[in-house]
Amino acid sequence: MEITLTHYLVLSTVLFAIGLIGVMRRKNLLMLFFATEILLNAVNIGMAAISHYRGDYTGQMFAFFIIAIAASEVAVGLGLLIVWYKRTGKIDLDQMTSMRG
Amino acid sequence: MEVYLYIALFAPLVGSLFAGLFGAYPKMLFTGVIASGLLFASFVSSAILLNYVLTGHTVHVEMMTWIAAGDLYIPFGFVVDQVSVTMMMVVSVVSTVVHVYSIGYMAHDKGFNRFFSYLSAFVFSMMVLVMSDNFLGLFIGWEGVGLCSWLLIGFWYHKESATWAANEAFIMNRIADLAMLIGIFMMYWNLGSLQYDVVFANVATLPMHIITWIGIFLFIGAMGKSAQFPLHTWLADAMEGPTPVSALIHAATMVTAGVYLVVRANPIYSEIPDVGNAIASLGAFVAMFAATMALVNRDMKRIIAYSTLSQLGYMFVAAGLGAYWVALFHLMAHAFFKALLFLGAGNVMHAMHDELDPFKMGGLKKSMKGTWIFMTLASVALAGIYPLAGFFSKDLILEVAFVEQHYILYTVLLLTAGLTAFYSFRLVALIFHGNERHLEHGIHPHEAYSFMLYAMAPLAVLAVIAGMVFKTPYYLMVTNLLPAMTYHIHNHTTFWIMTIGTQLFVIAAITYAYKKYAKAVKVDKKVESGLLYQLLYNQYYIPKIYDEVFSKPYLKLSKLAWKEIDLKIVDATVDGIANVIYQTGEKTHTMQNGNLSSMLRWMVIGLVVLLVLAVAFTAGYNAVNLQAM
Repeated sequence: MEITLTHYLVLSTVLFAIGLIGVMRRKNLLMLFFATEILLNAVNIGMAAISHYRGDYTGQMFAFFIIAIAASEVAVGLGLLIVWYKRTGKIDLDQMTSMRG
Repeated sequence: MEVYLYIALFAPLVGSLFAGLFGAYPKMLFTGVIASGLLFASFVSSAILLNYVLTGHTVHVEMMTWIAAGDLYIPFGFVVDQVSVTMMMVVSVVSTVVHVYSIGYMAHDKGFNRFFSYLSAFVFSMMVLVMSDNFLGLFIGWEGVGLCSWLLIGFWYHKESATWAANEAFIMNRIADLAMLIGIFMMYWNLGSLQYDVVFANVATLPMHIITWIGIFLFIGAMGKSAQFPLHTWLADAMEGPTPVSALIHAATMVTAGVYLVVRANPIYSEIPDVGNAIASLGAFVAMFAATMALVNRDMKRIIAYSTLSQLGYMFVAAGLGAYWVALFHLMAHAFFKALLFLGAGNVMHAMHDELDPFKMGGLKKSMKGTWIFMTLASVALAGIYPLAGFFSKDLILEVAFVEQHYILYTVLLLTAGLTAFYSFRLVALIFHGNERHLEHGIHPHEAYSFMLYAMAPLAVLAVIAGMVFKTPYYLMVTNLLPAMTYHIHNHTTFWIMTIGTQLFVIAAITYAYKKYAKAVKVDKKVESGLLYQLLYNQYYIPKIYDEVFSKPYLKLSKLAWKEIDLKIVDATVDGIANVIYQTGEKTHTMQNGNLSSMLRWMVIGLVVLLVLAVAFTAGYNAVNLQAM
């Protein structure tokens, strides 16, 4: 069976859905980061696949940018997470309610 | 010459702005002095322009563009011709005198600086009114004098009656101004211009009914400003203002603006003699009507105000019958002696500590010799005794009515002349002769400052000579622009009978007034409780009728609109909208509970909604566009 663009896009969608559900359901901040990474990489797969099939490298370049930004985002995020853990001893989302409206 | 035009026009404005700078400060003498000085400069410039116009020239300048949109082009243009220069002289002479007089009259008033600011602003507006070369500029001046009149009637704004009178005057004038504006619009609509020269050159080409309507609407505007029936009630109430204001605005200048308008628009009114006749009839009616009210009134200033009203009626008779130069001539002469009369009344008021009832005065000629002489002189001029100003201007109007064969108008005006003489000298006799009734009220009168009397002297001189000396040169000058009609009664016998008859009639009225009021004042209870006396004393009950017919129903309507429409519909709608928004916020603020995962859920929901919308709209857009192709 040949692997077509549709397969890649379906994979991308499935990954994106998993990521969204993770973002909504997870209470652990670390897990939230994982879910975010899944979301970003779902998009990367879509971009790289479409780029390949169209013969246009713009999409792949964007995938690289997204990877770079994701890496830096995780670096900053993890740093904040560690600080938060040192202060409170927990990384539970439900306890972070200081931004109440 | 243009520089003189600009000085005459803008010197009062400079004075007004200068005095206005110190409006909130206590009295500063120099504001009055400088404003008066600038007015004098305006007077000198006007005199130079008069000299120039007398040699047969006119000045016409276009200062700058005012409105230019499409075909509509209206400049700030000013014209000094035979008519406007006459008005400029009247305005600048009277206002200079009144300014100097006011320095004394307002000397102890807290609003001294403010007063001069308003007064000079009025003169500026009046100058714009008379000098403009188009109807819209005239309208701006017209509104300007209306505004200044409002400011000055309500000058003592802490007095309820003064603010009421100011508002009454303003509102009545608005009603008339609406009609005038309609007239101006009709003129522009049909002729495409508002410049005097263009309008007057082309007005005869219009259909008759359009000219008639333009004439009627313009005249309604004039009726408001000149307080003609039925819009007359504001003038008597306007006497709440300071007396110099009454002298300048409500006797000499602003109220004559209506006459000026009719005189200026004479090519329009010449086309429609029927409207002219209506104007003349209304004028004669008002002359009589106002004079009868003056007969029994017990308020010195109101008597003079009714007298002004009556004389305005005379002017409209002349203007309506096509004797425009006669109307303008009476306007000029009247301005001089009526302003003098008012300023004299101001002196009396000061001496009497603001007492206005002449029945509480008497015998003032001992303590106030100068004022007595001036007021008697003004009253003689007003009554039209030879050789004072009134004789030449007022009797001329009688002759006009006679020559034009309007014998009813003539009779009415003749009777009014007798009434005029009677009420003028009733006032003089009550104030200056007889026993000193004011002593009972503990008042010790004193003459006004001598410089105030010196300020009045030019008016006194003019009241004496204006008729005799100015008539011929004035006629020769002004008939360059206005229709040159002479009104001579060809039969010499008739002429002499009429002239001498009128004089005798007037003198008889004066004698009767002196006889009745100069010695002791007897109050005849039977006459005073009579129907006629009560009718006249209550001003024909017209203020009451207006109150019942217009004011009270309007108040009811306003209350209805307030309670039923405003509160129950408008306010309810606005409150309802606010309530919905508030409730929505109240209900949804739980969304922002600070919990990151619930916020993320909302974010996902928002994302899904946006995606669905984007897809739906793209699909819809494509469907429509494909169909169109």
